[in-house]
Amino acid sequence: MRYETERTRRRGHADTATDTLARGLGIFSIALGIAEIAAPRPLARALGMKGQEGLIAGYGLREIATGVGILASKDPTPWIWGRVAGDGLDLATLATALEGDNPKKTNVGIAMAAVAGVTALDVYCAQTLSRESPHPLPPMQDYSDRTGFPRGVEQSRGAASDFEVPRDFRTPEALRPYTQPDLPQRPMPSM
Amino acid sequence: MKALVWHGTTDIRCDSVPDPQIEHPRDAIIKVTSCAICGSDLHLYDHFMPGMKSGDVMGHEMMGEVVDVGPETKGKLKVGDRIVVPFTIICGECEQCRRGNFSVCERTNRNGHIAAKAFGHATAGLFGYTHLTGGYQGGQAEYLRVPFADATHIKVPDGIPDEKLLFLGDIFPTGWQAAVQCDIQPTDTVAIWGAGPVGQMAIRSAILLGAKQVVVIDRVPERLAMAEAGGAITINFDEESVIERLNELTNGKGPEKCIDAVGMEAHAAGTVDAMYDRVKQATMMETDRPHVLREMAYVCRPAGTLSIPGVYGGLLDKIPFGAIMNKGLTIRTGQTHVNRWTDDLLRRIEEGQIDPSFVITHTVGLEEGPEMYKVFRDKQDGCIKVVLKP
Repeated sequence: MRYETERTRRRGHADTATDTLARGLGIFSIALGIAEIAAPRPLARALGMKGQEGLIAGYGLREIATGVGILASKDPTPWIWGRVAGDGLDLATLATALEGDNPKKTNVGIAMAAVAGVTALDVYCAQTLSRESPHPLPPMQDYSDRTGFPRGVEQSRGAASDFEVPRDFRTPEALRPYTQPDLPQRPMPSM
Repeated sequence: MKALVWHGTTDIRCDSVPDPQIEHPRDAIIKVTSCAICGSDLHLYDHFMPGMKSGDVMGHEMMGEVVDVGPETKGKLKVGDRIVVPFTIICGECEQCRRGNFSVCERTNRNGHIAAKAFGHATAGLFGYTHLTGGYQGGQAEYLRVPFADATHIKVPDGIPDEKLLFLGDIFPTGWQAAVQCDIQPTDTVAIWGAGPVGQMAIRSAILLGAKQVVVIDRVPERLAMAEAGGAITINFDEESVIERLNELTNGKGPEKCIDAVGMEAHAAGTVDAMYDRVKQATMMETDRPHVLREMAYVCRPAGTLSIPGVYGGLLDKIPFGAIMNKGLTIRTGQTHVNRWTDDLLRRIEEGQIDPSFVITHTVGLEEGPEMYKVFRDKQDGCIKVVLKP
């Protein structure tokens, strides 16, 4: 059975893709956090927020903690909601940089648009996860005997060969497979 | 009478509504003995299909006993007859019906002018499936008015349980037509996306029609297990690359025939195009999520066929038409011409070639219907097909 592996632990749920999205957001969170801790000065300069390097590094720590929480926990839902709250904080902080005569307002606008995009993903992911049941799934139903063929699968292969495909449903002649024996094929010339 | 009534997005209730009456001489009334929730009902439940109104009765898979007939059904139907009702309402007289193209009957959609605005032309009236298709009340109810009943019915014999016959009205002929559209040859590999009820019927149909191998793509273990029981090779798209595995199974040439039994609400695991569709759909810039169509066009063998029974509703983005054109693919699609196939399929059931009841996983009363919509939508409890007993 090719389909029973570790990754099917959330089997049966319509939105297992959300797991992948949550993991992706966790990795993104850690990467962003590292960047904020490693380079607070260039970031502050690019955003016209000189003097706030400590705050940026602090936000980096928050991002890393949230990312680790998402990746390490069995249920990432509260951590993703934590990211949503953090996004709000980021947007509010960036909004303060739009005040006054900051010459880097364009950069701040671009950063706010990027944060807003990520916020939309965070909200979608958090809402989808919140809709999922926290209860463990019941054991898998056994449908291995549901053939649908009273005479068995092998006896049923081609059993409807008496069916004549209507003219308007037939494959055009030119697209049908060749019925004549395959011609011997010469080796491909080197080009 | 009791009926499952649509009130809004994910809001279906079991309400008391007025009993249906004969409104036209070609009408009949049936007492519903069995009905089912269809995968396409979920598009209404999630409100991806426009055109529903609060108070509409759901359901287009039903069968029962005729309890009243209009004067113009005489000779074709009588009280006491046991019938399965096809989901497409047909007049049996227009040019399209005479050609066997029942799902595009020219006369039964009483809101044809609305459908024509959306699609260019009207298509047939459908039971319980939006006002674009006539606004007819559906059959998840104790009684149903069948318009054009002298043509819109499949007479079935006594002595065979409802469970074996009910699906003649939709999913069995839909899976069958999907396979017939492929004009399957003994050398063909048929790849089927979606192991829901229609996908399961398409698998059995492709096996009966003699495909060399049938491959099914899904990720729900119970559905894959049921597909395997029916003779299919399975691919869990959460676990492995669909493209690589299909090429591996066909010596790198791709399947000759591809069937989309998924439609507008494809769930793909973290692929870029699936995320793109999610965002566009959420911002109302795209109506459908066509991941399966893209994958089929890419992997299908040149000069192959794409058969699309999956329901699409509107405008789709980023369809690789370059691949379709340059590989010379044939696209066949459409709602099912149910009555075109049902005499033949009923014979195959009677002869024991196939028993469509294999797909039923849940049987409940009408009152439990609203809850079962959620169970079915979320694929909980191994749910593949729900039958309701009014």
